[in-house]
Amino acid sequence: MKLIFDLARGMLSRRRRQTLVSVMGVALGVAFFIAIASLMRGFQTYFIEQVIDVQPHIVVKDETRRPLPQAAEIAHPDGAVALSGVKPTERIRGIRASAEKMAILEGIPGVFSSPILTGQALLRYGSRDVSVSITGIEPARYRRVSNLEKDLIQGSMEDLRSTANGLIIGIGLAQKLGVGFGDTIIAISPKGISLQMKIVGIFRTGLTTLDNQAGYTLLKVNQILQDRPNVVNQILLRLNDVTAAEALARQIEARFGDRSESWEEQNRNVLTVFVIQNAIMYSVTGAILLVAAFGIYNIISTVVFEKTRDIAILKSLGFTEGDIQWLFLLQGMIAGLLGAALGCALGQIMIEGLAQIRFQTETPAGNDRFLLAHDWRIFAVASFFAILAASIAAVVPARRAARLDPVQTIRGAA
Amino acid sequence: MNSALPPLLEAQHITRRLPEGVTLVQDASVKVERGEFIAITGPSGSGKSSLLYLLGLLDRPTEGRVLLEGRDTASLSAAELANLRLARLGFVFQFHFLLPEFSTLDNVLIPIRRLGRLKDAAARAQAMKLLEALGMAEAAAKLPEQLSGGMRQRAAIARALANDPAIILADEPTGNLDTRNAAAVFDIFQRLAAEEGRAILVVTHDAELAKRANRRIHLVDGRIVSDTRAG
Repeated sequence: MKLIFDLARGMLSRRRRQTLVSVMGVALGVAFFIAIASLMRGFQTYFIEQVIDVQPHIVVKDETRRPLPQAAEIAHPDGAVALSGVKPTERIRGIRASAEKMAILEGIPGVFSSPILTGQALLRYGSRDVSVSITGIEPARYRRVSNLEKDLIQGSMEDLRSTANGLIIGIGLAQKLGVGFGDTIIAISPKGISLQMKIVGIFRTGLTTLDNQAGYTLLKVNQILQDRPNVVNQILLRLNDVTAAEALARQIEARFGDRSESWEEQNRNVLTVFVIQNAIMYSVTGAILLVAAFGIYNIISTVVFEKTRDIAILKSLGFTEGDIQWLFLLQGMIAGLLGAALGCALGQIMIEGLAQIRFQTETPAGNDRFLLAHDWRIFAVASFFAILAASIAAVVPARRAARLDPVQTIRGAA
Repeated sequence: MNSALPPLLEAQHITRRLPEGVTLVQDASVKVERGEFIAITGPSGSGKSSLLYLLGLLDRPTEGRVLLEGRDTASLSAAELANLRLARLGFVFQFHFLLPEFSTLDNVLIPIRRLGRLKDAAARAQAMKLLEALGMAEAAAKLPEQLSGGMRQRAAIARALANDPAIILADEPTGNLDTRNAAAVFDIFQRLAAEEGRAILVVTHDAELAKRANRRIHLVDGRIVSDTRAG
């Protein structure tokens, strides 16, 4: 085997320029793959991390996925029941028996829950009215499922407790209303209840919709404001293991009947875009590697053609067909390996280059550069496919070489 | 000659026909013993080379069988034939067929390393010994393109001898050489037969050189028309 490797190396090293060209083809394919993959993966990972970081992992809502079954359907599960003109009963909206459900959920290790009540309200300050979405929270529990505390630029969550009718609002909203920390404003709910509230905190998340339209108060306060005493309309869950979210959401929904959405379900549209993005990336870089593989095929074919005499003598000396096939397959693999190694180096350089680029944008999260993944697996995958492509490309000419009849060659050369 | 031992190499009524119907060798029977120096002669197209390839297990006969040391080779696989060629036979062709990327020494080392019986150091020593015996010691590190025609052919002979074969098969080994170098190659063959007891089969159309062999097989139209021993 060492002998065949030495022979393969010797044959390649004598046609350096040709070898270099085909190696460069593979290297460019590998390098582009690495650069593009780390670019895409970097952005996707950042996005998913943001989602996982900012959003609760599971939201249990006071809705059902399908309308509740009618009594006749329950009584005759196998019957052909047709109901028309059904008028749904008016029932109090909200998660029923939320305290019991939360107690069960908290019992699962690695799961943290927080009840909230969301509702609309109008904030009035002087002559300005702004419609906002108010979330009633329990600070001690909410802290465990959200980043609100981190995003606060003024005040603290504890002030919600210590201040009567305290309210935390987004920076954009504060600017729109013209209020500052410590000011008192009036909140009016759709039910017509109005409360005097004091700004005890201002947050900035970087997400415009939140910063411009959201406010947080105590759960009890919001229940009074919305005139929905003791009602909780969402339970937010955070998990230590985010990958378990989808499965747990399905379990919760099966058990309680309340619509439960994992972060994956809530962001499905974006995650689907990622799948399509990846498919495009892999087909483009796959095409580059395919072209590189043709380069390898070309050089090995040329070598086989030029080496007809050497193949004949090796066979007459006692090399088997398998030996000869290995000899040329190895040349393809060596070219692929060199290409992969060079491509990895080139890819790393491209990543470093991309990392230097700065955009003149002012996004609140501070994304003025490419987000690049530094993942050895991208390098491994690129190298693996490059060597595989090179090997496959070399198989055909290698088999042709193995089948050459030495007698015909020697006769022709004489 | 000891008749109790099977002949070193024996062809029994071998015929080689191409699929297109052309007959290269017709009903040829040959016995080759140790130490014989055999010249195969005949006009061009008479099937000399074809007979040599059949005897050298490079080609298979359409009919008849070839026995190496009493063993029928017809039933052996291509890989088994390759191993027999590697260990028992040595080939020299009109064209030297040295691998151009490798030095003379490395070329001689190829069959030794392929057989794998000797360790690296011993293999190199064996290859050097062969080159020295052929007066090629100072050419060991040179590439084939740096050698003269005669030296290349001597390097090819060294390679044929690499695994200490019982039989050397040479196809017009002097075809590309001048008279002096051709005579030197035949000197080597004579010595290999007489002193080392190897069987040498040489295809040649040079009648003068053929006279130096101790047995001559003459072919016409694929048939052996005469098989004469000198002396």
